Amino acid sequence: MPHRASYFHEADLGRFGEIARGAPELARKFFDYYGAVFAEGALTTREKSLIALAVAHAVQCPYCIDAYSKDALEKGSNIDQMTEAVHVACAIRGGSSLVHGVQMLNHADSLGM
Amino acid sequence: MSRILATLEKRHAPLAGGRAQRDRLARVELPRTFEAALESSHLLPLLATGVEILQINVGKRCNQTCRHCHVDAGPDRKEVMPRPVMEACLAFLEQNRVPTLDITGGAPELHPDFREIVGRAADTGAHVIHRCNLTAILLPNYSDIPALLASRSVEVVASLPYFQARETDTQRGEGVFGESIKALHLLNTLGYGTGGDLKLNLVTNPVGTFLPGNQRELEAHWKSEMLRRYGVVFDSLYTITNMPISRFLDFLDERERTEEYLTRLANAYNPAAAAGVMCRNTLSVGYDGTLYDCDFNQMLDLPLRSAATRTIFDASMLGLAHREIEVGPHCFGCTAGAGSSCGGSVA
Repeated sequence: MPHRASYFHEADLGRFGEIARGAPELARKFFDYYGAVFAEGALTTREKSLIALAVAHAVQCPYCIDAYSKDALEKGSNIDQMTEAVHVACAIRGGSSLVHGVQMLNHADSLGM
Repeated sequence: MSRILATLEKRHAPLAGGRAQRDRLARVELPRTFEAALESSHLLPLLATGVEILQINVGKRCNQTCRHCHVDAGPDRKEVMPRPVMEACLAFLEQNRVPTLDITGGAPELHPDFREIVGRAADTGAHVIHRCNLTAILLPNYSDIPALLASRSVEVVASLPYFQARETDTQRGEGVFGESIKALHLLNTLGYGTGGDLKLNLVTNPVGTFLPGNQRELEAHWKSEMLRRYGVVFDSLYTITNMPISRFLDFLDERERTEEYLTRLANAYNPAAAAGVMCRNTLSVGYDGTLYDCDFNQMLDLPLRSAATRTIFDASMLGLAHREIEVGPHCFGCTAGAGSSCGGSVA
């Protein structure tokens, strides 16, 4: 294994298909499913791409961020729309932390007098 | 418009000439050659299927200097189709009953005989297409052009990379978007794009080094946005891939993305798009009368293969209709994904 200065490598995104080296049938099912998920349906492919971009930021996947930044542009979205999508991810992540504050309050109340 | 860039020609840039661009493209190591890709889909040699469209490039003068322009057009270009070439093009159109004349440039309106070309071509019964940058028809001395186009039922194919100012002005120059919307309102007022006979089609190409999306989906999105934001209507949206030629090739080199972009185009080769490429039914004429398979080959100084037919002056339908088409790595731009042509995607 060659020395790798950084954990993530841009070129590895293009090698995603190599995951089929082990458990090829599961990979085939996954990629078939993946393709079906992103096909036009009740949502347009542009809308799905923006959702994917937001989720990519929520799960902080550099491969997905690269892939769906380009994909969102190709689907006709613009920087304003893409930035708003990232803010949606940010709001949900932030809100998720904050709403657990109610749990904190509940517990504190139960411990208090 | 405040941003007018000097053309590659004016700057004496290394990629100003077609030969230099072809040499640059040839240095890119691709997974396979374009010829090999054609062979894999049983399309080699690539043959024309006829001449249904005569596309004439009437010159390289333009009032815009778009960053992706494959013509390297701009205000500093002097090339203008002379009258003898223009006469030969109109004669070829009439004698061979070519169904469509596609007028491109530069900004074709800036040709001193543009009005005459439109009128005489329409008189032959040909369908006339005008490739419009939208802002030229607002210039002083050109305000009669929109009404002329409407009176001759000329199809307007207008460039607009995006439905917002930021993206459009980044590519085409500051203030271009606002002027373009004014021009579109004017064309709508004349009846263009309103569902009748006067066709107004918009052309979008990516503002960057990515590929265009699905034409049908984008058209629906654009129609809704253009109406909602600006009250503009149009007939169809054509998606066109940025070709790795001239100023866009220079831009790719500047960003060190030439190899990546060409490889992406090559990997996205679509046999169905290859079968429908526009060069198969189009004949392209340069401002000086030289014949090419397409406007892109024209800018790469890549004329027809046939030594017998070099210019519009010795053009005969017999020798041109089923000619072998000259190809190169740049052709991957027309066959990537859903394909790309002057009429948008092809597959």
